[in-house]
Amino acid sequence: MIRVFLAESRKLRRPTLVLSTILAVVGLEALFTSLLYLLINSRDGNSRRGETISASTLSLPNGLVAAFSSTATLLGVVALCIFAAQTAQEYSLGTLRNLLVRQPSRMKILGGKYLSMAFFALIMDLLALIVSASISFGLAGHAHVITKLWTSHAGLHILAQSFGNVFLATLGYGTLGMILGLLLRSPISSVALGSIWVILIESLLTLVVKGIDRWLPGQLIGTVGGGGMPELSYQRGLLVGGIYLLVGGAVVAFLFKRRDVSN
Amino acid sequence: MDFPAISVSDLTKNYGNRSAVSHATFEVPMGTVCGFVGPNGSGKTTTIRMILSLISPSSGTGTVLGHSITHPEKYLPAVGAMIEGPAFYPALSGRENLNVLATLGGFPLSRVNGLLEQVGLGERGGSKFKTYSLGMKQRLGIAAALLPNPKLLILDEPTNGLDPSGIQEVRELILALAKSGTTVFVSSHLLSELEMIAEYIVMLRLGKVIFAGKTATLLGRQAAILVARPEYSVDLGKIVEIAKNHGHDVTVEAGEARIISGADWAAQLNRLAFEAGVTLASLTAVSPTLEETFFEMTGDSQ
Repeated sequence: MIRVFLAESRKLRRPTLVLSTILAVVGLEALFTSLLYLLINSRDGNSRRGETISASTLSLPNGLVAAFSSTATLLGVVALCIFAAQTAQEYSLGTLRNLLVRQPSRMKILGGKYLSMAFFALIMDLLALIVSASISFGLAGHAHVITKLWTSHAGLHILAQSFGNVFLATLGYGTLGMILGLLLRSPISSVALGSIWVILIESLLTLVVKGIDRWLPGQLIGTVGGGGMPELSYQRGLLVGGIYLLVGGAVVAFLFKRRDVSN
Repeated sequence: MDFPAISVSDLTKNYGNRSAVSHATFEVPMGTVCGFVGPNGSGKTTTIRMILSLISPSSGTGTVLGHSITHPEKYLPAVGAMIEGPAFYPALSGRENLNVLATLGGFPLSRVNGLLEQVGLGERGGSKFKTYSLGMKQRLGIAAALLPNPKLLILDEPTNGLDPSGIQEVRELILALAKSGTTVFVSSHLLSELEMIAEYIVMLRLGKVIFAGKTATLLGRQAAILVARPEYSVDLGKIVEIAKNHGHDVTVEAGEARIISGADWAAQLNRLAFEAGVTLASLTAVSPTLEETFFEMTGDSQ
C-alpha cells in the first residue's frame, strides 16, 4: 500500500493540479475571509443568508476560524472534484490496467489511492487555514476585532478542533467524489454530477422540502465541517453522513474488486 | 525450469450469450518467442487480459510462470505487458509516467533512464506524454513493459504506429530479449514480422484456438503453392479456370497465378495448360507464408 501511496503522490504532484488547487484554495479563502471583515458594518450582513457576525463575536476564541469553517463545503467540493477525477481518469485513460499489472491487489490500489488523496486534502486544508488565519489577523484591526483570545489556550483548542472538522468534511466530500468516480468511470460525469448535486440540487431541495437536509449527504457532511448547525447537529452529520459513505464505499470497493478491466 | 511460461486449459470467457474466448487450450514454452494471431475480434486481447488477471475467466484454468492465474501476485512481478496500446497520463512526462509504474512495482528508479535510452526516447523523456507521436507512445509502452526486467513479456500489437525502422528495432529488441532467456508472447497483425521471429504460433479464430505449436509445423502442414506465369498474360484467365475446375483455390498477383494445390500437381498443371494451348514461362512450387496460411485457416479474405 505504501508503494501505491507513493506512486499516486507522483501523479498528484503534477504542476497543473497543484497550481490550480492552490489558486482555488487561496482565492476561496481570500474572498470569504476578506468579505467577513470588510463587510462587518454592512446592512446586508457579512455571512451566509444575510447574517451578520459582529466584531465582538469575532473577538471570541473561535473568531479566528469563523471564515475558515464557513468554507468547509466549498473546500469539500474542490476535494470532491480531485478525488472523482483522479479515480475516474484511470478508466478513461485506460491506465488502470497498467496499475493492476504492477500491483494486482485491487484493495491495495484503492487504499493507497485514497490515502494519497487524503494527504493531498490535508495539505490543501492546511493551506486554506494558513491563508484564512493570515487574512483574519491582517484585517482584524480594520474591523475593530480584538485578537487576544484567538491565541489563548481555548482559541488554539478551537482552532485544532475546527481544522479537524473541516478536514473530516473535506475527506467526506472527497470520498463521495471517489465513489462517483468508481461508479461512473468518467471524470467529467463524476465531477459534474458530484458538484452540481452538492452545490445546486441539495441547496434547492433544502429550500423546497422542510427537514430534508437531515437526510442529504452533502448537507450532513457540511454540518460536520461547520462543527454543527442549529438545524442539524454535529453528531447526526457524523453518524448519518458516515453511514452513507461507509455503505457507498463498501459497494464501490466490492465493484472495483470484482469488475473486469476491459478498457 | 520444466514448466511452460504460459499454459491455459479450456479457458473461456462469456459475455451473456456471446463467447469471446471458448475453451482455449495452449502452451507457450519457456524462453521462446510465440506469436499470437487471429482476426480482429477473435479474442486475443481478452485472452491476454485473462492471463494478466484483469478479466476473470468464466471457466477454465491457466498458469503463468508456474503459478495459477488466480494468484497474479505470484507471477506479475516477473511479467511485463503492453496491452491494447500504450495508456499513460497525458500531463506527465514519459519519464515521470515510468517513475509512477516503477514506484508502484517497487523497481529501482535508476532503470527508467536506461529504458528510455533503449527504446530511443532518451532525449524526449522529459516531454509530456500528450506531445508524443503514436510511435513514441508505443516506444514508451514497450519501455514500461520492460520495467520489471521480465521473464515473460506480453506485447499486444507492439509495432502499431511505428515506421519501418521502428518495426525493425522492435524485432531486434524481441530477438535480443529472447536470446537472453525472456519468453515473449506477442500479438501482431504484421504476420511477415512474426514469421521472422516467432518459433511458436497460437492462432485464434472466433474465440477458438485453431492452431498452437511450432511455426515450422504450421507452415509445413499447409499445401505448397504453385506459382504459374504464362508466356502471354492474356492466358492467365485460362490457368485460373483450369485450377478452379480441379477444385484448387487460386489468386492472381503481379501477372502470376498462385494456386494452393501442393507441389505434386505441377506436372498435371503443366500438361493441362499445354492442352489448353497455354505455354508456361515459369512454374515453381513455393511454401506458403504465415500470412497465406493465416488467411487460409481463418477464412479471412485478403
